[in-house]
Amino acid sequence: MTWADYLIFAAAVILTPLIGGLITGLDRKVTALIQGRYGPPVLQPFYDVVKLLSKEKMIVNDFQIFAAYIYLLSAILSVGFFAIKADLLMIIFIMSIGLVFYVIGALATRSPYSQVGAQRELMQMLAYEPLLIFVLIGMYYVAGSFNLHDIMSHGRLLLDLPLIFVVLSLVLDIKIKKSPFDFSTSEHAHQELVRGILTDYAGPYLALIEIADWYELVLLLAMLAIFWSQNLVIGALISLFVFFLDIIVDNISARMTLKWMLSFSWIVGISFTVLNIAYLYFSNVSR
Amino acid sequence: MGLKEFVKKSFSKSPWVVHYDCGSCNGCDIEVLACMTPIYDMERFGMVNVGNPKHADILIVTGTVNEKNKDVLKNVYDMMPDPKVVVAAGICACSGGIFRDCYNVLGGIDKVIPVDVYVPGCPAKPEAMIDGLYKAAQILKEKYSRREVIVSAKSLG
Ligand code: SF4
Repeated sequence: MTWADYLIFAAAVILTPLIGGLITGLDRKVTALIQGRYGPPVLQPFYDVVKLLSKEKMIVNDFQIFAAYIYLLSAILSVGFFAIKADLLMIIFIMSIGLVFYVIGALATRSPYSQVGAQRELMQMLAYEPLLIFVLIGMYYVAGSFNLHDIMSHGRLLLDLPLIFVVLSLVLDIKIKKSPFDFSTSEHAHQELVRGILTDYAGPYLALIEIADWYELVLLLAMLAIFWSQNLVIGALISLFVFFLDIIVDNISARMTLKWMLSFSWIVGISFTVLNIAYLYFSNVSR
Repeated sequence: MGLKEFVKKSFSKSPWVVHYDCGSCNGCDIEVLACMTPIYDMERFGMVNVGNPKHADILIVTGTVNEKNKDVLKNVYDMMPDPKVVVAAGICACSGGIFRDCYNVLGGIDKVIPVDVYVPGCPAKPEAMIDGLYKAAQILKEKYSRREVIVSAKSLG
C-alpha cells in the first residue's frame, strides 16, 4: 500500500456514511411519495442516528455490544478495501464475518423476538451468500482474477454478464431487507417481529448498526456500479436505478415466506449464473 | 448550520413513538393510527411508530389505568431509555374520563407514571394528537439540553 492508498481508504471510510445516509433518506422520501404522503426530510436518517447516539446506554449483556462493534468494524474495513481495489473475494469474506457477529449478538440475548430474528437472518444469509459467490465466479470467468483492479479494467461487465447483474440486484434486495424479503427485521412502519434482530439493541448501539448498514448498502451499490467501470458515473446511475426499482418492489409487494425466498433466490441465482456462463463459453468457442 | 446546532436540532426532529393501549375503548387507538395515514402523515416531523419501547422516545398512552394493567404500563415506561416523554391521549388517559368511577379503574395514567403532555378529546382528534406529539418533541429537546437522565435501567433488574 502506498500513501495514496491510505488516503483513499480514509476518504472512503469518512465519506461512505454520508452517502449511505443520504441514499437512505432519499429512500424514505421516495417511499413516502409513492404512498401519497409528504414524507420526512431527506436528512432524517442523520437526525435519527445523532439522536440515538446521545440516548441513554441500555444494554442486555456485554457480548451484544462487542458484536455490534465488530459488525461496524467489518463493514468499515470491507468498504475501505473496496476503495483501494483489493481482492473482491476477501472483501466479501470480511463482510460475512461482521454479519455472523451481528447474528450471534442477537442470539446472545434472551428476547424471543431477537432470537427468531437472528434465525431468520441466518436463513437470509443462506439465501444470498451463495449468490454473491456465483457473482464472483462470473466476474472471475470474464476477468480472470478476483482482484478488483483487474475486474474494473474490463470496462463493461454488464454486456458480458447481464444475468449475473440481475443476480447481484437480487442480492441487494435481500441484503437491505426490503419487502418481500424483510424477514429478520424491517423498516419502521412494517414492524416485523417488533424489530426482529434489532429488538435488544437500544440507543447508541442501534446507531452503530444503522451506520454499519449504510456502509453495506454503499458497498453493494458500488459492486453494482463496477459493472460499468468504464465510466463510473454511468455505473453509479445504473446502481441507483436498481435501488429505485427495489424501492418500487418494496412498495408493491407483501412479505413472503422464508421457504419461498430460499427456493426463489437459489433457483434464480443458479439458473441465471449457469445460463450466463454457458452463453459466454459457447460464444467464446464459436469465435 | 454548524454541527452543534445540527445535533441540537436532531433531538426534536426524530421522536420515535411507541403506543400503548391501556384499556381504551379503541376510539383513541384508531385516531393514533390515523396519524400515520397520508392525510395526517406524522412522519413529516420524523415521527415513526415503533413497536419496541427500547427504541422509543415518546410513549403515547390511550385509555384508563386499572389494577390489571398498571404494572404493564410501568414496565413499558421503565423499558424506554432516557430521555423520554409521556403523552396522555384522550380524556380517559388524562383523567379517567367517563370510566373514572368504575370499581377497577385507578384514573388517569398520571397516577402511575409522570405525564408531560395531556391531549384532551373523546376521542382526541389526529390533529390534536400530532400537536401533542410535536409539543412532546420540543420537551424532549429541553430534556436533552438539561440532561436530566435518571437511571431507570436499574428497575429492569
Ligand atoms: S377518550 Fe373516549 S374514545 Fe378515547 S378511549 Fe376514552 S372513551 Fe374511548
